[in-house]
Amino acid sequence: MWIKSGLVPLLLSYLAALVLMVLPLPSVLELWRPDWITLLLIYWLMAIPHRVGFVTVLILGLLTDILMGSGFGIYTIALVAVAYPVLRHFQRLRNQSMLQLTVFVGLLVLAKRMIVYQLEHVLNDAVFNLAYLYPVITSMLAWPWVYLLLRKYRQTYAIR
Amino acid sequence: MKSLFERGPSLRIRFFIALGCATLLLFLDHRLNTMQPVRSFLNTVVAPIQYLAVLPQQISDRVDYILTTRSELRLHNERLGNQLLELEMAVQRLNFIESENDRLRQLLGSDVRGATRRMVTEVVAVASDPFSHQVVINKGSSNGAYVGQPVLDNRGIVGQLVSVGLNTARVLLISDQSHAISLWVQRNDIRVLAQGTGDLQKLALLYISHSSDIQVGDVLLSSGLDEVFPEGYPVAEVIEIDRNEQFQYAQVAVRPYAQLDRVRSLLLLWPGHVDEQPVFGLANDDVTPRSEFNYVD
Repeated sequence: MWIKSGLVPLLLSYLAALVLMVLPLPSVLELWRPDWITLLLIYWLMAIPHRVGFVTVLILGLLTDILMGSGFGIYTIALVAVAYPVLRHFQRLRNQSMLQLTVFVGLLVLAKRMIVYQLEHVLNDAVFNLAYLYPVITSMLAWPWVYLLLRKYRQTYAIR
Repeated sequence: MKSLFERGPSLRIRFFIALGCATLLLFLDHRLNTMQPVRSFLNTVVAPIQYLAVLPQQISDRVDYILTTRSELRLHNERLGNQLLELEMAVQRLNFIESENDRLRQLLGSDVRGATRRMVTEVVAVASDPFSHQVVINKGSSNGAYVGQPVLDNRGIVGQLVSVGLNTARVLLISDQSHAISLWVQRNDIRVLAQGTGDLQKLALLYISHSSDIQVGDVLLSSGLDEVFPEGYPVAEVIEIDRNEQFQYAQVAVRPYAQLDRVRSLLLLWPGHVDEQPVFGLANDDVTPRSEFNYVD
């Protein structure tokens, strides 16, 4: 069987994360926008690693690059780098407490944003400002809700 | 379900392959610049995502519109009528000055400035990344938009198009760190370069010597020397000057007139010297150039 169960809900969740990444917000909230695409990828990589792997990460990374208007490959590299530790340790991560997991996710989002900044700095002479790291905090705050919501979503639509 | 013994390459190898693919992509795009056609194709592909992103806003606008009361509408209409009257009067005078200017330029033997064409466009998505200040608009190559086209709002210059899909295009804002624009000071014609800082409310002037005559409150207009932006549009106002001699140049901060943090409706401009022409569709939101001039407020 080519189409596995829950393909459409899975794709819809990707779409939702991509839309959330470009949703226009007031400029005050704009700085604090959680890193939805990273959170979503971390969850799926942890929950169904036999299904969501580097190919998905590559495609989503490319789409993010296009949506954010950065050079090709910048977000892709950052997301691939973040995906590796998750795939490597998914069994351990599943047994962590929510607090430990949240800290871990915070570190991953931080790593992802530092990689993006570093690449932008090398390629396009970007200048660092601290506001770029605010989303690490909001991502950590959002993570428990994303996690619980996606788990419910996965169980409801039998995404295995 | 995959069996336990049926395994592909190890995780580490897959990681390095993925990383290799991504790096190759980066190299192809950044060093060899071979991805432009792919980029414009993919821009068209992701357009639905961007339209989806503004859908809530459009719905709330629509609901807002439906809920407006009759008396509010009447007041609004009256106000707009008055505004139109004022603008029309200003335009009459500008028409006269424009034709006089053309005649004077002919007498001087200079080129007469070509007529500017313009089109109204809506922002459909923003990129929330401080390293790339970009917005996506709902006009593309099917409307005659081209790469490098100037984009304005009702207060001043907003940016230029950097990539154009079929029905969407991407505007690089003047506040982006990779963007610079050539300006002159309205008061004394000093030419300056303003580069984006990654802050929507602030640009920085480059290479300003400590002795140059620039004051807080000076108005900066586009110079037209970059051959992207037409001459004479307001861009920014000087808000802060730091003449600390420790630095080689004076640090001058300017604030753009355009409200870059709340762009909704923008104006695409076709300066007189370009070959591309706007293609007006059936949509009624386009401004048909009623008279052939532009004015600066």
